[in-house]
Amino acid sequence: MDVPYFASLFRDLLSGLPLTLNLAFLALLGGFVLALLLNLARTTRTGTAIAGTYVFFFRGTPLLVQLFMIYFGIAQFEFIRSSFLWPLLREPYWCGLIALMLNDAAYTSEILRGGLRAVPRGTQEAARVSGMSSLQILRRVTLPIAVRQALPAYSNEIISMLKSTALVSMISLMDVTGIAREAVAETWRAVEIFLCAGLIYLVLSLIVTRATSRAERALSPWQFGARQ
Amino acid sequence: MTSELYLLGFGPEGWGPVLARAGLMTLAVSLSAFLLGTMLGTLAVCGRVSGNALARRIAEIYVVVLRGVPDLLVIFLFYFGGRQVVAFFGTALGFEGPFDISGFAAGMLAIGLISGAGQSEVLRGAYQAVPKGTLEAGRVVGMTRWQLFRRVIAPQAMVTAIPGMGNQWQSVIKESALVSVTGLVETMRQVSIAAGTTQEHFLFYTAAAIIYLIITTLSDQVFRLLERRSMAGYAGASR
Repeated sequence: MDVPYFASLFRDLLSGLPLTLNLAFLALLGGFVLALLLNLARTTRTGTAIAGTYVFFFRGTPLLVQLFMIYFGIAQFEFIRSSFLWPLLREPYWCGLIALMLNDAAYTSEILRGGLRAVPRGTQEAARVSGMSSLQILRRVTLPIAVRQALPAYSNEIISMLKSTALVSMISLMDVTGIAREAVAETWRAVEIFLCAGLIYLVLSLIVTRATSRAERALSPWQFGARQ
Repeated sequence: MTSELYLLGFGPEGWGPVLARAGLMTLAVSLSAFLLGTMLGTLAVCGRVSGNALARRIAEIYVVVLRGVPDLLVIFLFYFGGRQVVAFFGTALGFEGPFDISGFAAGMLAIGLISGAGQSEVLRGAYQAVPKGTLEAGRVVGMTRWQLFRRVIAPQAMVTAIPGMGNQWQSVIKESALVSVTGLVETMRQVSIAAGTTQEHFLFYTAAAIIYLIITTLSDQVFRLLERRSMAGYAGASR
């Protein structure tokens, strides 16, 4: 086996890791906030309709279509080009991040909705009776229970976002996949290069699985036979 | 933009017929990948529930790897890697290049493999929900393994598996957009060509979104119908 070649290949591929992690982390963060807002919107009738349409669109179409719509599609409008947003929307990085964020929000909002539905009514009533404000109830009672319920599904979403960042290589960004594609174009050693890139993602997703299952144990110890 | 809508129509300058054909190609590649995935997923479940430690290990590794690697990378691996492998053997056997492989085959294999890992999770849950008593009863009356699978396990597991399999099908449709990187002219690829030719990017990507929404919404209805039909035999669930 060609050890020096693989060593330098891994060094090249890993130089794309910061961008991959950056996109995944910020998309998850922004997506979570947006998902929270979508769920808050569901308390009103128009809000429910808007949130429903949003989720329907973003879950029913491929991420690649959304990405191209933002990167190629929006740029063709004159009012976008002349707006203050143009310096952002001109950059592939921001287009990629926005697409990932909007996409993640749709999936996360459904996961969160499931979690919120699982919160027992009584706990919220008890909190209200004891004099908490709505924000306090949300922060101290509803969200902790909902997040705990939603964690297994959210763990899958984290991994899926991590994998989805690979799509930004389609709009010329140099993440791990982008670098792999460039390396293949130069050397035509497609099998080795794509397998190595895959290995990097695999390790990342194994780390996420490990970390979330640990968090799950910490948040609901009674389910894993711990004494209280 | 409304004045450009004729571009999507079926008139002389309209891209309608081409887009419709591309939508059918999306369906074709999705359907064959999904069926391949069902076969692989079933095999993986057999491996995971079998007593054989090696089979279980292989099935587990298959699922973990395919669920941890980006779909795009798997498609690249099958398409460009497949070309590399074909070229290697082709040259070794003395054929003249250049070598190429079909985008349809590479895409179908890649997405089928990915979907198989996802489907195996669904199918395993469904298998575990089959009441153990029915398995024992089947064994007692002298059914062979295959008979047991076909007459006892599959009919019962299919009912529990339908909603999960519906989700897997939806994922396959969306993943099929990635096959456009191989040059296979399905919806995404056709739309990119149209957008590039007419410079109407927003219009055509919106059209792509609508095509995918039609496919996903219609298949959602089909799965709901299947769910209702399959529940028909269960008391109180027929409504």
